[in-house]
Amino acid sequence: MTATHLAAQQVAEVTEVSGGLAGSAWLLVLFPLAGAAVLLLGGKATNAWGHLLGTLTVVASFVYGLMLFFSSTGMAEGERVQNVSLFDWIPVEQLQVEFGLRIDPLSISFVLLITGVGALIHIYSIGYMADDPDRRRFFGYFNLFVAAMLILVLGNGFVTLYLGWEGVGLASYLLIGWYTNRPSAATAAKKAFLMNRVGDVGLALAIFIMFAELGTTQYTEVFAGIDQLSGATITALTLLLLLGACGKSGQFPLQAWLPDAMEGPTPVSALIHAATMVTAGVYLVARSNPIYMASEDGRLVVVIIGALTLLIGAIIGCAYDDIKKVLAYSTVSQIGYMMLAVGLGPFGFALGIMHLLTHGFFKAGLFLGAGSVMHAMNDEVDMRKYGGLAKIMPVTFATFGLGYLALIGIPPFSGFFSKDAIIEAAFGEEGWRGWVFGGAALIAAGLTAFYMTRLMLMTFFGKQRWKELKSEDGRDFHPHESPVVMTAPMVVLAIGSVAAGWFFASGDTLAEWLSPSLGTLAEAEHTVIPHSLVPWLTVALSLLGVLIAWLVVGRRDVPVVKPDPVSFPVRAARKDLYGNALNEALVAKPGTWLARALVYVDNKGVDGLVNGIAAALGGSSGRLRRMQTGFVRSYAASILGGTVLILVAFLAVRYA
Amino acid sequence: MTSSSGAALLVALLLIPLAGAIVVALLRDNDKLAKQTALGFALVELAVAVVAWIDYDPSAERFQQHFSLDWIPAFGVHIAFGVDGIALVMVAVTALLVPLVIGFGWAEKLPAQRTAGGFLSLILLQQAITIGVFAATDVFLFYVLFEIMLIPMYFLIGNYGGARRQYAAVKFFLYSFLGGLIMLASAIGAYSLASDELGKGTFDWATLVEVVSNAPLSNQIWIFLGFFLAFAVKAPLVPLHTWLPDAAAEAPIGVAVLLVGILDKVGTFGFLRYLLPMTPDAAVELAPLVLVMGVAGVLYGALLATMQRDMKRFIAYVSIAHFGFIAIGVFAFTAQAEVGAVTYMVNHSISTGMLILVIGMVIARGGSSLISDYGGLAKITPALAGVFLLAGLSTLSLPGTNSFISEFLVLIGAYGPEPVYTILATIGMVLAALYVLWLYQRIFHGPVRGSALVNVAGGPGTALAPEVGARKAIFDLNGREKLVLAPLVVLVIGLGFYPAPVIDVVTPSVDATLQSVGISDGGN
Repeated sequence: MTATHLAAQQVAEVTEVSGGLAGSAWLLVLFPLAGAAVLLLGGKATNAWGHLLGTLTVVASFVYGLMLFFSSTGMAEGERVQNVSLFDWIPVEQLQVEFGLRIDPLSISFVLLITGVGALIHIYSIGYMADDPDRRRFFGYFNLFVAAMLILVLGNGFVTLYLGWEGVGLASYLLIGWYTNRPSAATAAKKAFLMNRVGDVGLALAIFIMFAELGTTQYTEVFAGIDQLSGATITALTLLLLLGACGKSGQFPLQAWLPDAMEGPTPVSALIHAATMVTAGVYLVARSNPIYMASEDGRLVVVIIGALTLLIGAIIGCAYDDIKKVLAYSTVSQIGYMMLAVGLGPFGFALGIMHLLTHGFFKAGLFLGAGSVMHAMNDEVDMRKYGGLAKIMPVTFATFGLGYLALIGIPPFSGFFSKDAIIEAAFGEEGWRGWVFGGAALIAAGLTAFYMTRLMLMTFFGKQRWKELKSEDGRDFHPHESPVVMTAPMVVLAIGSVAAGWFFASGDTLAEWLSPSLGTLAEAEHTVIPHSLVPWLTVALSLLGVLIAWLVVGRRDVPVVKPDPVSFPVRAARKDLYGNALNEALVAKPGTWLARALVYVDNKGVDGLVNGIAAALGGSSGRLRRMQTGFVRSYAASILGGTVLILVAFLAVRYA
Repeated sequence: MTSSSGAALLVALLLIPLAGAIVVALLRDNDKLAKQTALGFALVELAVAVVAWIDYDPSAERFQQHFSLDWIPAFGVHIAFGVDGIALVMVAVTALLVPLVIGFGWAEKLPAQRTAGGFLSLILLQQAITIGVFAATDVFLFYVLFEIMLIPMYFLIGNYGGARRQYAAVKFFLYSFLGGLIMLASAIGAYSLASDELGKGTFDWATLVEVVSNAPLSNQIWIFLGFFLAFAVKAPLVPLHTWLPDAAAEAPIGVAVLLVGILDKVGTFGFLRYLLPMTPDAAVELAPLVLVMGVAGVLYGALLATMQRDMKRFIAYVSIAHFGFIAIGVFAFTAQAEVGAVTYMVNHSISTGMLILVIGMVIARGGSSLISDYGGLAKITPALAGVFLLAGLSTLSLPGTNSFISEFLVLIGAYGPEPVYTILATIGMVLAALYVLWLYQRIFHGPVRGSALVNVAGGPGTALAPEVGARKAIFDLNGREKLVLAPLVVLVIGLGFYPAPVIDVVTPSVDATLQSVGISDGGN
């Protein structure tokens, strides 16, 4: 099948709608947006009920999303992609940026994930944030996030996507820096926003190219015009969009901000930095599937980035003792799987989304479980101080355990279906690619089982190490099960972790439902290793990871202080495989030097040159004193200096 | 005398602040009455500006509400005013900011022996002249007002400013004045071209545009350069920018709003009104030069902003970066970039005006403009922190705020013809996030600290002092301050989601400007 043929097949029919359920889908965004406005502008007056309002708005959007979903299941396949025009946003001559919505299976899937998991995490936060005097503002930011995320996935063009894209970045920034007394939180928040902006430059440039080449930035028109573009342009688009995706989704080489983002409250990590926002990069690639279909090179780079990141995340995840950082690197790694999947094109778009949805359930559940543990342990995150919590926190243990089984891909839990499908598809690539990508995904599955089992053992099993320790603020540990308002959402997510995979995968339900958005899911005709062998290999490697973790961690007591010195691989993993050091050396340091040099130039150079010329014209000593009195001469010379500079430049332009 | 319908509106827009300046000057003995009177005139002016906006019909002829009377017949000089869409939005944003500036300064302490009447009289005079500069349709009149505009500003900085106000005022005056003189030479050159061509000299804008735009490139280039230097000082573009940090740092807050928010825009306004139509061949020929200066400004201003210690100097460098974007927009010659440049002028006035005002409110509380004297202010003044953050987000052009629309238009419009410059300028997007968040976090994040907020043993200037002494009595935004900021908050978000009212007014005038450069299909 040639690329162009595939691309043509991807451009789905779009039905224009106004009014009705889909036509009023802007209400989905309006509920949480209004909630955010009331909570952030209302001030202390809304303290008493702010958290309830904030939760209700998301529940309302979830209900609306469900109604959309059910009305859409009754439609014929060709009618399932609907465009809702709302108003002209940025209209300048040929550039007509419309503010509108695209209601299709892909966006509805995301709406249900965002508002469904979002509502559960809002409920959980009522309990988790109960002691925070600013809880109302927290819910305001949370609602702002949900609104922006919904704009991101519902927008009908790349500019509306960009609006949501940076909007979620803002909410993420505000929430990572939530604990204002921690300088590390401020640094992490700024780092997240900046690294995202680096990615955003890619997305912005892609939008500029679309307009320059096609005169439009709306999905429908861009996708319809792809066959007019040269191969180089399409590849450039795929790479620039991927840069944006890497920033938002914490993919190599922009992965360093995501683990630091764990400085935020744990519900934030669950909703924004695990289940929804960080998957926006995967959404972007999947949404742009007609563009990626037209560039094999572009897809290959996506696969490489995904494979690289899933390994990096899994390796580093093995080394951390901070429970949230382990889960964060696990997220980096799992999004790597999704990225790899969507890079496989028709063989993987739907699989990437399927893993995204199952991951949304079990990772959110895992984070909420971690939050529950931290809640019980005076906000301690060092797993070396945990131990033996299973008996004390049975609900947390059970729900966390189910999420764990889902993540490491034990059948029949949800992660098995979605991850195994991706590994199979990766082995379906031709020649060396199949071996390399499939192999990487398989090895990382083993690593995942290792670091997650290590986490389980250190947290819930073994000796209760906290009995002899105090938390940093000098208190004893008195772990206890969390209140129902927190455990109930964890139970619901655990059910999802168990059932979602089977539900999505049986009979390719999800893939077929998504086909109007993503095209038909294809299956490779032959894989480099036999098709039926892959699930066995995956499970075997996972069990091997579990076994090794038990041998290393479970058999003996965990030392309370982390062992040091350690071998080089462990040392490198603890240092995030030197990702931060690299950023520091390549970007931060040179940037600071450059800025310092420019300050010097600005003071001593541009202004000083001017003053120097003035002094030279005066031709005398005692220049400083004269400078004070010699304004006219000085600035005459200054203008002269600038003029000469510009004239020289002008001559260069003119006659060069 | 000739005039068109609606001319009375423009006459009123010119005369109300002028009359206000005189009346307020007479009320120097009574500070309170002077403030109330000044605010009254400023609000009436704003109301008239709104009416003028409604009266202006973008689909009709370009210049409206115009009138003309002879001034110096021997040289064909007229007192002629009229507005096109571009001038109209600049007049309107001027009328918007002045009452806010007056409201901001309501409780401000003036230097010894200075009266509110004197200060506000100069502010209103500044407003009248600035509106005149935007509305002038006679090149000589424009030049005269361009230079006279410096006088009230000179006194506003020199008499009411900070410690180094004299230095800053003279530096500002000489830079601008000398730039203006060079422009005068060019204006006379244009006049003599017209006189050769038509047998009779004139300074009428439309006639000069007609004559000079058909002159040979070599003539156009000299005329271009004269005007360009004056405008590039005003805007200011790197390397002619060094007066702005001093002027902005020493000017009182309200004056800084008008200086950075309005006066500087005369430079970029001049690019559009004079350079492109009058010397189109030279503009196209020399566009690479201006684009280089624009990109240099974007990166240079942004990098320097990250290193500033003083909030007001910070603003100056941020603005230098923003003027770089505007210059790129003007000289990319596409409808999108050009409309982007014009809306950038409006939006920069709104968002930078807002940022300066909130910085002024921080300084009013802590008594210092040094960033290192602050920390953790959000804990004491959450509302001020929120508005400050919004102003900052608009400054970094976050989508959903007004500034995004203009920066996006500039870049998307410039990318087609000038991809390399555009790619370089997008680096400015990252740097903007860096300097805005750095400033915000430094002042507002973390525990309450810094000598501006806490009584510490070392006294002011003791950077990073922990919370040891008693916290000073500092309060969140009061009713007056909320009233001053509310319109800006509404505009920042409102124009972010629905910019069509501004875009629709300026687009026809931008198209006319582009046609004069020989681009009639609106670019692309």
